[in-house]
Parts: sequence; structure tokens; C-alpha cells
Amino acid sequence: MSEITIKQVTKRYGAKQVLKGVDLNLAAEHIYALLGRNGVGKSTLLRMINNRTLATSGSITMDGQSVVDNETIQNRVYLMNDSPLYPIDKTVSWHFHTAKLMFGGFDEALAAHLVKAFHVDQTRQLRQLSTGFKTIVKLIIALCVPCDFILLDEPVLGLDAPNREQFYQELLATYAQRPRTFVIATHLIEEIATLVDHVFVLAHGVVTIDEAAETLQARGRAVSGPHQAVATYLAETPILSQTTMGQLTTAYTMNVPATPAPAAVQVTALNLQQLFIALTREDESDAV
Amino acid sequence: MHFDANSVIPLYQQVADAFTAGILSGAFPEGDQIPSTTEVSRQYQLNPATVLKGMNQLVAAGLIEKRRGLGMFVTTGAQAKLKAQRQSAFYSEQVAALVQTAKELGVSKADLLAAIERGYGHE
Repeated sequence: MSEITIKQVTKRYGAKQVLKGVDLNLAAEHIYALLGRNGVGKSTLLRMINNRTLATSGSITMDGQSVVDNETIQNRVYLMNDSPLYPIDKTVSWHFHTAKLMFGGFDEALAAHLVKAFHVDQTRQLRQLSTGFKTIVKLIIALCVPCDFILLDEPVLGLDAPNREQFYQELLATYAQRPRTFVIATHLIEEIATLVDHVFVLAHGVVTIDEAAETLQARGRAVSGPHQAVATYLAETPILSQTTMGQLTTAYTMNVPATPAPAAVQVTALNLQQLFIALTREDESDAV
Repeated sequence: MHFDANSVIPLYQQVADAFTAGILSGAFPEGDQIPSTTEVSRQYQLNPATVLKGMNQLVAAGLIEKRRGLGMFVTTGAQAKLKAQRQSAFYSEQVAALVQTAKELGVSKADLLAAIERGYGHE
């Protein structure tokens, strides 16, 4: 069971320090969500794992070996992102065939099923396809290559709602049949909330949340009520973020006190998207 | 079935509750096979570990059983077992709460019994 370990990784673009020391671990057979605001460095991080850009400092290893310029390791990693892997004036079936040659295998049966399910015309050149169909072709390759780590950067870009649902279902079906590791970087948080088993939130250049999805659901709470009542109830509790509207305060926390809340205070579930917004809210104030 | 990620009830518990309700209602009859973890995961876009955790609660409660190489089946007596559990919970929780509320509102025992009689209407 291989794993990828990212330690104190930084990335600087000119004067801009994007990643300031990222630590995270990708274990075998998990579906991870990688969440973060636009420009926070999610794509950069995924590209570094796949050796498409270099870290300024820090290390990325698979089972103790650096992933940098390591062909054996990179053969086990597949990154799907906005840049096409192969020339776009080639046909869809050419892309499938080339992926097979590059990665030493291709799940032909699954590819045939997906081509039919998504109504893909394999004889068309990639450049002739709409944004949605380009994405679908890239997703088919990502699901059919024999890699152990599949990194999906904005996997549903341009997909309509039925195709997104179909993709999530196909992902879970192939995951059940051949468990491997998926990392999904997306802004459609609600759609993947029940699908992933672990969540990373990247903010301010570091990983601010690294939790099992079940723990987030079990512990993340919104506490709202009159300002003073909420403040008193949560006096000893770390608060992630809070908003105020008139006298009403809503505080987001992962550590609701065991004591019952006073009558004026309501404790409700905190969904992943709210938690994400709460966690990354102050990004705006310290943006350059 | 519907599963809500924005609920205080954990997803695996929602899975367990949904299958329990299905057995109780007869939607999943005794001796019949229930959908596999993979089917449920795919259909409702739930992480398979979540589904498995929910199903394992039913296995532990003796409501479903694994048959090697075949899948999961509703055990004989599962529905009766659930009904007995619900009845005992009804007496210990709902009836007790009803009596408590009646006392708080100053409803007499005779009035409460009469109201229950009326609740049965023509029966």
C-alpha cells in the first residue's frame, strides 16, 4: 500500500509566495477532497505531485522516494487538469490508445462503457469537442489508466448536471471495483460532500483542515443566538469563524461544548460548503 | 431513500436508519437480498466506507447477514425483532412523554384516557 507524503512544500512565483509550507499525506484507497479559494495553489500542488512543476522547497515522496523526475513513480500517478496531455488535433480514440501506450494499460471494457454512457463520438478530434465533452474524454482516460493515484483538478468543468451525477456514479463504481486513491480539487463542494472520505482545505498557503469527512460532519456545528449568549456559551471554545447580523451572532466551531446550549442559542449542523466559506472568509482582507 | 450531508445525524447512521425502515415496512422482506454496498454507494453517491459502516450496524443488530459470495440478506425474524424494539421504545419513551405533557398541562388521567378512546374513533 503506497502513500504520497508532502512535507513543508513551498512555492514562490516571483515575489508571490503561494504555498508556505504544505504538509499532507495521501494514503492508498481513499477519496480526498482538496478545497481552496481561487489562486490558493491547489492546481500547483497537484502539478508538483505529478512532476509538472517543481517545489521551491520541501519534499514530495512516494514511499520515501522523491517523486521528482522519477519515472517509475510518475507512471503510477495520473493528473487530469485543464491542459490536454496530448495534441488536440488527434481523435478521441487516438488519445485513448496513446494513454494505453504511455501508462502500460487501459481498462478497455470500462472505456467502452463510458463512451456509451456519455455518448462520446470517438472519431472526432479533441479540438472539435465542446468544453463538456473535452472534460468527459479526459475523465474517461483518468478512470481507465492503471494508475494508483488519480489527481482530478476541476473534474466536472463544463459538465451539465446529469453528466456530473453520472461521473460521480462512475467514479464510485470503478473505485469499488479497483480501489485506488482519488484527489478531487473542486469548487462544487456540496456535490462531493457525501462522496469523499477525507477533506483538505488549503488557505493562506497552508493546509488548515485535514480531517475525515465523518469527523467534520460529526463535529462541525453552527451556533447562533444573541451575541452575548453565544459568546458566553463558547467562552472556552475555539471558534473557526463568526458572522454578526444585528444582535444575532453565528459562530462556526468544531468543538461544541458538551453542556447543553442555553435556550436562546441554537446549535445546527454545519455543511461542508458553509465550513469552507467560514474557514476561508478572511482571505479577502489579507489578499495582496 | 435520501441522505443529507448537512444533518447532525451521521451519514452512516442515515444509511442504517434507511435500511431499518425498509425492513420494518416490508420493502426489504425477510430472506430477500438487499442492495450491495457498491450499488447503494453508486446510486446515492455515498462513499462506500460510509455505506459499509451503516450496513455493519445492521449486521451487528442481527437484522441482515452476509452470505459468502452472494451478498447481504434480511434475516428471518428481523421484522418482528424491529417491531418489538419499536413497541418497547413506544411505551418507554412516547407514552411516558405523553403522560408527562398531560401532567404539565393539567390534563387529568380520565381526560387523557378519554382522548385516547376518541383517537381510536370507530374502532
